[in-house]
Amino acid sequence: MLSIKNLHAQVDGKQILNGIELEVKPGEVHAIMGPNGSGKSTLANVLAGRDNYTVTDGELIYEGKNLRELAPEERAREGVFLAFQYPVEIPGVSNIYLLKAALNAQRKHRGEQELDAIDFIALVKEKMKLVEMKEELLYRSVNEGFSGGEKKRNEILQMMVLEPKLAILDETDSGLDIDALKVVAQGVNSLRSKEHAVILVTHYQRLLDYIVPDYVHVLAQGKIVKSGGRELALDLEKRGYGWIDQPDNAKSATVGAGS
Amino acid sequence: MSSNTLDLDTLIRRDYAAGFVTDMDADTVPPGLSEDVIRLISAKKNEPQFLLEWRLKAYRHWLSMETPQWAQVHYPPIDYQAISYYSAPKRKGDGPSSLDEVDPKLIETYNKLGIPLQEQEMLAGVAVDAVFDSVSVATTFKDKLAKMGIIFCSFSEAVREHPDLVEQYLGSVVPPGDNFYAALNSAVFTDGSFVYIPRGVRCPMELSTYFRINASNTGQFERTLIIADEASHVSYLEGCTAPMRDENQLHAAVVELVALKDAQIKYSTVQNWYPGDEEGRGGIYNFVTKRGACRGDNAKISWTQVETGSAITWKYPSVLLEGDNSVGEFYSVALTNNRQQADTGTKMIHIGKNTSSTIISKGISAGRGQNAYRGLVKVLKGAENARNYTQCDSLLMGDRCGAHTFPYIEVRNRSAQVEHEATTSKIGDDQLFYCRQRGLSEEDAVSMIVNGFCKQVFNVLPMEFAVEAQKLLDISLEGAVG
Repeated sequence: MLSIKNLHAQVDGKQILNGIELEVKPGEVHAIMGPNGSGKSTLANVLAGRDNYTVTDGELIYEGKNLRELAPEERAREGVFLAFQYPVEIPGVSNIYLLKAALNAQRKHRGEQELDAIDFIALVKEKMKLVEMKEELLYRSVNEGFSGGEKKRNEILQMMVLEPKLAILDETDSGLDIDALKVVAQGVNSLRSKEHAVILVTHYQRLLDYIVPDYVHVLAQGKIVKSGGRELALDLEKRGYGWIDQPDNAKSATVGAGS
Repeated sequence: MSSNTLDLDTLIRRDYAAGFVTDMDADTVPPGLSEDVIRLISAKKNEPQFLLEWRLKAYRHWLSMETPQWAQVHYPPIDYQAISYYSAPKRKGDGPSSLDEVDPKLIETYNKLGIPLQEQEMLAGVAVDAVFDSVSVATTFKDKLAKMGIIFCSFSEAVREHPDLVEQYLGSVVPPGDNFYAALNSAVFTDGSFVYIPRGVRCPMELSTYFRINASNTGQFERTLIIADEASHVSYLEGCTAPMRDENQLHAAVVELVALKDAQIKYSTVQNWYPGDEEGRGGIYNFVTKRGACRGDNAKISWTQVETGSAITWKYPSVLLEGDNSVGEFYSVALTNNRQQADTGTKMIHIGKNTSSTIISKGISAGRGQNAYRGLVKVLKGAENARNYTQCDSLLMGDRCGAHTFPYIEVRNRSAQVEHEATTSKIGDDQLFYCRQRGLSEEDAVSMIVNGFCKQVFNVLPMEFAVEAQKLLDISLEGAVG
């Protein structure tokens, strides 16, 4: 589904990613871990196509398409979803309006009929139950005045309504209490199937107690320095990031999981 | 990051759909302003003596006045002798007595603008007066309205047919010497719309005037007078367009509203005069005086305006709250893109007891546009329990535009409650990326964010205008954000 080869990227002219290799197949859940500043969030934003995140070298192939040639909205319509680390507030635009516009833009792209208001509301209400979100938040302006936890739940709700093929969660667990964390996990797990893949960017292994990943990758200085299964995350929990070899003397560690 | 990011330079070139010129034979007075020109205009219109004297008095006063300098707008001095003060499409005889006699070119012009003058094709529920350069060329549904006692006609016709009403109310809200441009208008105004709603009548349809400037080097000075007699009710719409020309053209109109006891007037404007090009060449100078008087208890006047056009806009639709319990409202969206400048707002003058006013102003600045809100809330000594609520929001796009707020509050009565809220926000790259990441195109994202910002104003616009206003904003903002 997603093939990343030798990915180099800059943010505002600063080199952050230095040759990422990663293969993600349908149905897989990959966790990307690593210390602060290792390039985790950069990777997430590069995949979504954010401005000022410039790919300088390497390949990004998604479903046979060169992602580098697609605008952010085109990537979204092809099924790439990013749950933001810091969801943005949009005054005057109701949450439900944005969600409906987004879903219908994606359906239109797929050649499907746009959902009318009644079918749409029914769909949203069904998904809302899973994320335990208050209904009034639907009619408030996007993220305006939402608590940290409400914003993250809202991201998960959007993900569940849009049902992306590839969901990228950028530190969605940060700042969440255990109840909210479970809700997020529930949402992600409900998306898990043979068709959908998930990339979890996270600093802590805590989330992985609830979303069990197929693969765990450790990022350091813009490269994947170690890959393994679920147990790698537990090791990191116990021993921190210090014991991981630095990229220069750990070339063998870049063997892409799942390849 | 993506290789096909939209080329903003091509997008920012707004598509001004109303920019065409109609090739008409016109009866145009040579440029220049003098008492003789005023006498000529008055003679061409067969005006009664009182009106000629009124004009001349205004002109003499205007000569003693100076151009107002306090507004946050910049433009070279206007040569008032270089402007032609009268231009009318040539017609045979005394002018059309019915639509069949209107020059087909004119009908076509309005059709192109999306304003059908054939009554059978009209949007149900809207009567139209079309003003082309200096004269009114057609008024629809006149006869039907007349059966209810409603007068809806061109100003010239009102002068001929209802001189007593004109004499009684003309200049009663905006005196001829009120300000520089109002004085100029009073001296040389050529046509406009006149409305009278009799006592107790609720006007069954929206009344509207479409103003069109066509001739070059011509100023447009129209005059609108709306009188709502006791317990009557009217909703009036005004739209404006002009061809794209490299030189600036002056539009100095005066609108006077009179709402008597228990009457209500709602006045909506979608102003789309040619704004000039990206470099600021051409465009209309829109220097307009609009004022309403709530001249009886429980009267209500609402101004709603969506301003997307003009090179420079200078206008402050105001309400004099004379009657007890009278209500004034001002809802405004003003957009400036490229080199446009706007200095606009309102004045709410509380005179009667228990009067209340609401001001919702939304300014949007893009490109190198400069947008100023200027408002006055004045509570006089006798205005017990006056209330005002003002909300003044600015939205900025890019980093070369400006937003300015000049609220003036003068309160002379301790029982008054006056609230003022103001915000300034910016459409951020973060907001755009967020929407695009959910699958919306960049234009749809901008449009959604701007419409969200303007929602409070669009909600009070009449239906047809709300749709038009949203479309206009979308066109005016194409590619305004990077």
